[in-house]
Amino acid sequence: MSDSSRDMKGNRPSKAPDSAASVSLHDETENEGKADARERVSVWGGRIALGVVLFGLWELLSGRLFNQFWFSKPSLIIGRIVEMAKSGDLWYHVSITLQESVTGLVIGMVAGTLLGVLIAYSGRFERWIYPYIMAIYSLPRVSLAPLFIVWFGIGMTAKVIMVVAMVIFVAFYNAYEGIRNIDRDLLDMMRTYKAGRMHMLRWVVLPSITVWILTSLRLNIGMALIGSVIAELVGANRGLGYYITYSSGMLDTTGIFTGLVLIMIIAVAFEQIIIQFERRLLKYR
Amino acid sequence: MEIKSPKLVIKDLQVRYNTKGQRTLALQDVNVSVKDGEFVSVVGPSGCGKSTLLKVVAGLLKPAAGVVTIDGRPIDGVPDQIGMVFQNDALLPWKTVFDNIRLPLEIKGISRAEQKREVERLIQMVGLKGFEHFYPKQLSGGMRKRVALARTFAYDPSIYLMDEPFGPLDAQTRVTIGEEFLRMWEQVGKSVLFITHDIEEAIALSDRVLVMSKRPGTIKAEFEVNLERPRPFYDIRFDPEFKQLQKRIWENMMDGN
Repeated sequence: MSDSSRDMKGNRPSKAPDSAASVSLHDETENEGKADARERVSVWGGRIALGVVLFGLWELLSGRLFNQFWFSKPSLIIGRIVEMAKSGDLWYHVSITLQESVTGLVIGMVAGTLLGVLIAYSGRFERWIYPYIMAIYSLPRVSLAPLFIVWFGIGMTAKVIMVVAMVIFVAFYNAYEGIRNIDRDLLDMMRTYKAGRMHMLRWVVLPSITVWILTSLRLNIGMALIGSVIAELVGANRGLGYYITYSSGMLDTTGIFTGLVLIMIIAVAFEQIIIQFERRLLKYR
Repeated sequence: MEIKSPKLVIKDLQVRYNTKGQRTLALQDVNVSVKDGEFVSVVGPSGCGKSTLLKVVAGLLKPAAGVVTIDGRPIDGVPDQIGMVFQNDALLPWKTVFDNIRLPLEIKGISRAEQKREVERLIQMVGLKGFEHFYPKQLSGGMRKRVALARTFAYDPSIYLMDEPFGPLDAQTRVTIGEEFLRMWEQVGKSVLFITHDIEEAIALSDRVLVMSKRPGTIKAEFEVNLERPRPFYDIRFDPEFKQLQKRIWENMMDGN
């Protein structure tokens, strides 16, 4: 790298301000690398410290400031998780919730994104259908759960459909906005090179909407978990939602909190996976 | 300058914009002709429709009246042989320098090996060796401009349409890039229609400078630049003939605006 930079300087000795700038670019990226590492340490350090303080307070105050029966405490929750892991209950409930949310998430993301792209390119039809989509969107979809249970029973199908219903709108909306926000200059540029449909799609459209799709995927992780758990609350005999209702029926607050904590862990784990995806796909930014 | 056949002819062009129910006349009675291998600049105040003119020639905008012909054939849609250089570069941010320059070759369906050879040659030519795998965001404004120029050279058009290409650059970089571009153009020798608001830049580069009036834009004057080529892009500015031409164009632009 440094050789070629010298090359550039050598070609235009006196007035080459921007090639001089490019030489310093290499040093900057190196320094940035170090600064990045320091930043990461401080961010993670802060996160862990905050978690220790919050859970520590909960642990300490539970049973002293407020009643342990209603609020449980972290040590009990961890104990419960270990206990469930040993008995096999943990995987029994977690696996079904995961299965429902992931299946629904994939179906909803694909369908919603395709719909968004198609409708954004549908011309007049877009204007016809848009108010209806918004009308369904504004419906509290949680209230559809009982309907789905009636239609599809308490098995997998109802839950997956509930998840799809939660996820599809965000996916649709992001894909739609993504298409509408494609840089017009880039499209014009492609047209002046006489690019065909496939080239447009591969070089401009897909890379442009990738950011939007990743955003919707991130937002939808939470949505998918809400969908599957809500459906399980309404009617199920397995899953984290079922475990929460069951525990609440027994006035077992530790059980309820355990269910909630497990859902949180799943959401955070998913989110981290997607952050890795983003790093790879959006490295140009 | 020897007489050559006209490459590009714009005849009685009129362009209207329809925005929010309001009709604005952007261009009226525009007549321009660019000979083969000629460098023509259009100068004018901002908002006079200079860029609109270029978009019509590029086939991106339909005129309300008038015709544009390239090699005698009226254009319908985007013509085959035009290479546009945009003010903001229009580089693909998610592609590396190499891939950005490769784009027109890929669209033309040229084989990978040949693409590679050609892109390497162009990268060498614009002085970006060692930056093949950089993304546009990692480059300075001047370097991005070089990528944009290399991409247009890769397409090898017979007319270059340039929309204030050096506009967003700082004064120094502007001169460097202008100088380099002039050298490269002297080698390829294709027709250029160059839009700018910088009179000095226009004179230094062109064979002819056209002055456009305020909206609705029309060509109100034409100046031949009889400075010898190859010319020094910067030092030519101290030539007395250059000074005189600059004064005349400036007065013409101010006149009636």
